[in-house]
Amino acid sequence: MMKILGIESAALVASVAIIDEDVTIAEYTTNFKKTHSETLLPMLDEIVKMTGISLSELSAIAVSGGPGSFTGLRIGAASAKGLGLALDLPLIEVPTLDAMAMNIYASDALIVPIMDARRNQVYTGIYKNDTKLEVKAESMAVSIDELFEILKETGAKENVERAIFLGDGVSVFREYIDEKLTMKHDFAPLNLNRQRASNIAMLGMEMMKAGKVISADDMSPNYLRKSQAERERDVAKTDASY
Amino acid sequence: MKKNNIKILAIESSCDETAAAVVEDGRKVLSNIISSQIDLHTIYGGVVPEIASRKHIENINFVIKDALKEANVTFDDIDAIAVTYGPGLVGALLVGVGEAKTLAYGLNKPLIGVHHIKGHVFANLIEHEELKPPFVCLIVSGGHTEIAIVKDYNDFEIVATTRDDAAGEAFDKVARSVGLGYPGGPKIDKAAKLGNPHAIEFPKAKVNDSKYDFSFSGVKSAVLNYQNKANMTGEKINVNDLVASFQRAVVEVLVEHTIEVAKDYNIKNVAMAGGVASNTALRSLMEEKCNEEGLKLHFPSPIFCTDNAAMIGVAAYFEYINNNFKDLTLNAVPNLEL
Repeated sequence: MMKILGIESAALVASVAIIDEDVTIAEYTTNFKKTHSETLLPMLDEIVKMTGISLSELSAIAVSGGPGSFTGLRIGAASAKGLGLALDLPLIEVPTLDAMAMNIYASDALIVPIMDARRNQVYTGIYKNDTKLEVKAESMAVSIDELFEILKETGAKENVERAIFLGDGVSVFREYIDEKLTMKHDFAPLNLNRQRASNIAMLGMEMMKAGKVISADDMSPNYLRKSQAERERDVAKTDASY
Repeated sequence: MKKNNIKILAIESSCDETAAAVVEDGRKVLSNIISSQIDLHTIYGGVVPEIASRKHIENINFVIKDALKEANVTFDDIDAIAVTYGPGLVGALLVGVGEAKTLAYGLNKPLIGVHHIKGHVFANLIEHEELKPPFVCLIVSGGHTEIAIVKDYNDFEIVATTRDDAAGEAFDKVARSVGLGYPGGPKIDKAAKLGNPHAIEFPKAKVNDSKYDFSFSGVKSAVLNYQNKANMTGEKINVNDLVASFQRAVVEVLVEHTIEVAKDYNIKNVAMAGGVASNTALRSLMEEKCNEEGLKLHFPSPIFCTDNAAMIGVAAYFEYINNNFKDLTLNAVPNLEL
């Protein structure tokens, strides 16, 4: 049976999982320190040893592809690329927010993962997951107020009047959301409010079946944002053109 | 564990070059692939860490595959994976470290962590079979100005360091200020050949409480002040003379201190390492002074002076034969000490 390794290190969560087509065989998730470079690979080694699964049994490696912390994304990417190169396995680049949305299931609400993107923005997207994940607004970096506008439009279009928020952005914006958002809303409970590698692996398996695999050589994260130096240069160029 | 025909795949990503190499037995370079990003950073006047890190991720697998292909080997032929884990830009280092760790894990090969500067020093072994410790090594680059005594392959003593700017950093700052652009070292080297190094007398920085240490902020400020003064009085500056004089002030101190260390410690072999070791004025003055003092000078070809992975593969061999391996918790250490 096809086995997929999932790797998630886009934000504070470090998580690895091995799934087959029926079950999550093993998952190891931590959310307490941002030292993914030191923890991620020993965590993988731990579940491999514990389950006795050989790396050669894997069919592909699914990795959380962004958006998220630039460094976190690259630690995941470098790990997936190195392992893919070593084992000659294809990679699946899974959108981080799509995978997060899969924490909520069999709900008619709009699912809104929000990741703290600093500079007063969130990385977010809008989803439905009644029985099958539907992307209503793709990954974006916007202010929380802009998100409210997009959420209202999407709600009107989809005829949905309820939203469920999850992600580390909730810790930052919860009070503001309660205060300003008129749409009926909830916040996911703690067991469902963060990234997890089994979601990456599961969505990865679906993507693989749809042919969405890439070479380990070509994989590079989707940062959604340029580097600060490039942004400042773009601003300078725009100013100069006036 | 075997000690001969050891082939090490080495990875280097500490700054703006993505590099991989295969090196046999610490001396024989089977391949040396360097993907330079210099054009990307030139418009910003220096290396932008985030851009460098992104490029490393895009390039790294291709560079590694090229290194294997050029060496005409496969992963099966490789005895260990080595990687630079510091010092350097943390985001850039993490790409190489993450890649090397999973390669070693997936291939079930030992992992070796290498100090970037140790790599630069060991670059001298590639082309100089006769060079063996002890030797004195002047390490000069954009981030480093040090004199090391290499007592043995795994025994270094740093006897001099810079109190402020690295030599290469001073070159970059002066080059930017006089409009020569980035990277400053090669640009100044070229312009200085057309100028008179004795046109202006800049202060040669001595550090009071240390015989060997360096300080370059003084001479750098003196150049900038000279330029400001000339601008105010409307006096026209001969840029070639200015940078030639600046270069002389820097190079003379580097050479004097290195020779002094060799004499004081009674060591006959002198080596140079790092990007600035390619500077032609430094090479010729060091050569001249070494000849006068009866010392033997060694320096790597420019391709092994720049950041490269071959030098990492050389340094890694001496860790390999000492069974000095790293585990899966290896992290990037941006200010790693020697």
